[in-house]
Amino acid sequence: MDWLAILNNTAQGILSPATMAFALAALGLAMHFGFAGLLNFGIAGFMAIGAYGYAISILTFGFEWWQGVMVSLVASVVFSLILGIPTLRLRGDYLAIVTIAAAEILRLLFLTTAFDDITGSADGLSGYHNSFRGANPFPEADYGFGPWTYNSVELWVLVIGLITLAICAGVLLLLMKSPWGRVIKGIREDEDAVRALGKNVFAYKMQALIIGGIFGSLGGIVYALPSSINPGVYVTSLTFFVWTALLLGGAATIFGPVLGAVIFWVLQAFLSNVLPQLVSSGVLPFITSIQASTIRFILVGVGLMLLVIYRPQGILGDKKELTFVK
Amino acid sequence: MSSSANTPIKPAAKTTGLHKGEIRPGVAKVDPIVTIDGVSRRFGGLLAVDVEHLEIPRGAITALIGPNGAGKTTLFNLLTGFDKPDTGSWSFSGKSLAGIPAFKVAQMGQVRTFQLTKALSLLTVLENMKLGAKDQRGEKLLYSLFPFLWKPKEAEIEAKAMELLKRFKLDAKKDDFAASLSGGQRKLLEMARALMTDPVLVMLDEPMAGVNPALTQSLLEHVLGLKTQGMTVLFVEHDMHMVRHIADWVVVMAEGKVVAEGPPDQVMKNTAVIDAYLGSHQDTDLGTITGRITLPKGKK
Amino acid sequence: MTPSRSQTGSKHWIQIGLLTTVLTLIFGGLFSTSALADEAGQDQPYKVVGNVKNEGLPLEGVRIVVSGGGYTEETVTDADGKWLIGVPEKAAYSVSLDQTTLPAGIAVIEEGGAEQSVEIGPSGSVTKNFFIGEGERIVVSITDQLIARIIYGLNFGLMLGLAAVGLSLVFGTTGLSNFAHAEMVTFGAVAAFFLGGILSMPIWIAIPVAVVISGLLGWGLDAGLWRPLRRRGLGLVQLMIVSIGLSLAGRYVFQFFVGGGTNQLPGFDSPKIKLFGATSLSVIDIASMVLSLVVIIGFAWWLMNTQTGKATRAISDNADLAAASGIDVDRVIRTVWIVAAGLAGLSGVLWAYFRPGIKWDMGAQILLLIFAAVTLGGLGTAFGALLGSLVVGVLVEVSSLVIPSDLKYVGALVVLIVILLVRPQGILGRKERIG
Repeated sequence: MDWLAILNNTAQGILSPATMAFALAALGLAMHFGFAGLLNFGIAGFMAIGAYGYAISILTFGFEWWQGVMVSLVASVVFSLILGIPTLRLRGDYLAIVTIAAAEILRLLFLTTAFDDITGSADGLSGYHNSFRGANPFPEADYGFGPWTYNSVELWVLVIGLITLAICAGVLLLLMKSPWGRVIKGIREDEDAVRALGKNVFAYKMQALIIGGIFGSLGGIVYALPSSINPGVYVTSLTFFVWTALLLGGAATIFGPVLGAVIFWVLQAFLSNVLPQLVSSGVLPFITSIQASTIRFILVGVGLMLLVIYRPQGILGDKKELTFVK
Repeated sequence: MSSSANTPIKPAAKTTGLHKGEIRPGVAKVDPIVTIDGVSRRFGGLLAVDVEHLEIPRGAITALIGPNGAGKTTLFNLLTGFDKPDTGSWSFSGKSLAGIPAFKVAQMGQVRTFQLTKALSLLTVLENMKLGAKDQRGEKLLYSLFPFLWKPKEAEIEAKAMELLKRFKLDAKKDDFAASLSGGQRKLLEMARALMTDPVLVMLDEPMAGVNPALTQSLLEHVLGLKTQGMTVLFVEHDMHMVRHIADWVVVMAEGKVVAEGPPDQVMKNTAVIDAYLGSHQDTDLGTITGRITLPKGKK
Repeated sequence: MTPSRSQTGSKHWIQIGLLTTVLTLIFGGLFSTSALADEAGQDQPYKVVGNVKNEGLPLEGVRIVVSGGGYTEETVTDADGKWLIGVPEKAAYSVSLDQTTLPAGIAVIEEGGAEQSVEIGPSGSVTKNFFIGEGERIVVSITDQLIARIIYGLNFGLMLGLAAVGLSLVFGTTGLSNFAHAEMVTFGAVAAFFLGGILSMPIWIAIPVAVVISGLLGWGLDAGLWRPLRRRGLGLVQLMIVSIGLSLAGRYVFQFFVGGGTNQLPGFDSPKIKLFGATSLSVIDIASMVLSLVVIIGFAWWLMNTQTGKATRAISDNADLAAASGIDVDRVIRTVWIVAAGLAGLSGVLWAYFRPGIKWDMGAQILLLIFAAVTLGGLGTAFGALLGSLVVGVLVEVSSLVIPSDLKYVGALVVLIVILLVRPQGILGRKERIG
């Protein structure tokens, strides 16, 4: 057992683009579900819009990287509007079905060979990095220490990811401490009561959907920054993983989603390193190392169930402020 | 809580002279605040509401009574924009409300409460109150990000909320989650929250339902207080004593239609109403209500 | 690292590709060597090759176009029917055969038609041979195609229906939107695979046993998970997320046992029998349809006529009232779980034949279609779910006539969304009264 390597890889999980992408997406879900009570099961779709919007604007239209980010954000707003205008008037569980279906439609559209020229179909997209890396202010060198050693490109990705995450968390904090956040939380509790007080509930829900969607698509961009876009990532499982991270940290909190994402990826990194090693060193007999690495996904599912049953408010949540009120 | 639970209620001064001409269902009012014409609403085969003409007098307390399933709550939903009628027109202070969404109706000064209390359980009592306030710019997305733009107004709102909470004797609970309040306290909170919107017309859907007897007195006084402050009140109630005591005008509905209306003492004498609805309880003394309320409540 | 498709890189290759084309044209014209006519883009690092033959005889002069990643190249087959086109990247390409250049009366008779996608293999090349035969595809009328698609769609819909009525029953009686229903579908197929494939049980025994085991799974899930959770008083959203966790855990448990690949049940490749028009079904297809129909009719009889069936409908209508009138709600719900899981298991076996193949996430692939069917019919109404399934099945199959077949599920999902918008109570559902 190479414990040093295991710990090293696990430690890297604390600060990686994937962790930050999950944290951003989970923040978006916190806005949707934790605060506004919107059951969005299509966060993978928002992330796909972020990633593809960014890469396609660069590859197909020759945009700069920051223009690509803008295109992604506009696209996610449009997606929110298309989803929200018809469905936000419907019952909550209908929104769940519509969002999961819409995310799946998006994924199939990105996957089909019909638009292969633009989306790369099953191969996904890569090679959209020139503009972003060209803007890198860090000179070529190794930075950091121990498991957190990065070259200049990796550092640039991390810095941009961290800044994005900090801004999003800050915005969410400001929003939820404001009268706007009060209305949003009121809607989560009982939208008819809020409507009876003269608030345009539909507009508020739409704003919440758009803001959470923007966070989700920013997560998708950060996810795509290090290497490439693979359509196999944006499946419903991704949505469920982000939900797991959200509920782990606490759905109706600001730092819970971030903490949840970190724990999720640290555990993933740890298990994906330790399980195969347990097999090769004979601790886990009768199974192959491929089977061993499947175990961690089984554990995610079991973990999600236990979490929702025994600690639905998550690690940072207030026991009284359960979000499963309906 | 209210220490006066067992003291008799002082007779309230009635507002009279509200109607024009002979009293009959659909009679015109001197100064109507709400006018309903030919409003009907059908659920499947059931005609839940079918009101030919009805006017609600301004500056008075009007009670809407009738047996279960008479369409009272449905009429409430239609008037407040929570449901849409199949036919008819209705107006509030002369402005037609057809096609106006519920939140705009509320903004126009017509605020309602619900039969099943809708306290926002996981907001504190004070947050519940502040939510009712009007003209807080901080409720707009872009303003909300800049606290200096809304903090001053927030202080004003908080002062107003505390004043109301004090009046409703909820000020000690301002930082508790609304979920921790008793049923009657939630009713009070819902009413107080509605007052935060500075309404013109307050519509209360069964304000007494499920309220601890100790609190009924204080609730009654609050309803009467609304009138003295110049507001119009329309309420649905099963409790005949409350109706007789505080209402200036009574509208009786049965099977979706308005079957009688008039001042309480006259309506209570209407034999059709007595037979159909009031039964034998009509002579029970008013003073007992603060001690017990055991009228059958089958609704919901 | 995945193969890089840098922007400048691909421009570069396009330029080279264009240059090659031009050069080929010029030199082809200059030297007019027929030996070179079958090859294009030879300068490219990767190759797509093929051989066009009809009943063993080479076809000359057939036009082939390869395109993908912004690159297009074409050629015509030589006297041996051979062709070769170089491509710039190790990626997926679409290969199309221009059917107008085929001799009269013959056509590409392959599933997917004259345009196929290929992926460059590890060797740096890929071979694409089109199946050419009597020109059935050309003479097939649109009506015949439509009829064939509708029949396939009904088959698919009946299979979906088996899963959908169970999901709908569970929703109707417990209010749970059960995402793990997908894994109950997969479970049936995996169970049949273990019994029939690994224990070598005859398939006609393996399938009923698999269905029974599926029913037992339903019993176990209710006894071990759902009933205790109902007792704890979990909210519907919480229960739904628990079912998502169960779904994730379940599908990876399947992956743990059957791996990431595809396995086949015995008899999956039974030959197709040409029935009429463009319709050809295998014995398995026909058996599948008959079996689905018989089971569904049996299920409908059970729901309409038995004590438990009536109780089920009563609970779906109004659980409190049903409980108050002396129905043992827990016992009925237990039965509903057993029935739902058994039907889902059977649906999984049939889905394994329809796809064909058993895969760890096969249930999840159709979960949204099942949801679509249930929603379309009206949440919680069993017969609505069945009707919805048939509509979804036919829609999926027929839509692949007009949209690319890898987008055929999109049509059904769009319909799902539209239905929720215009008629949220579904085809057979009732409007709820407010207040």
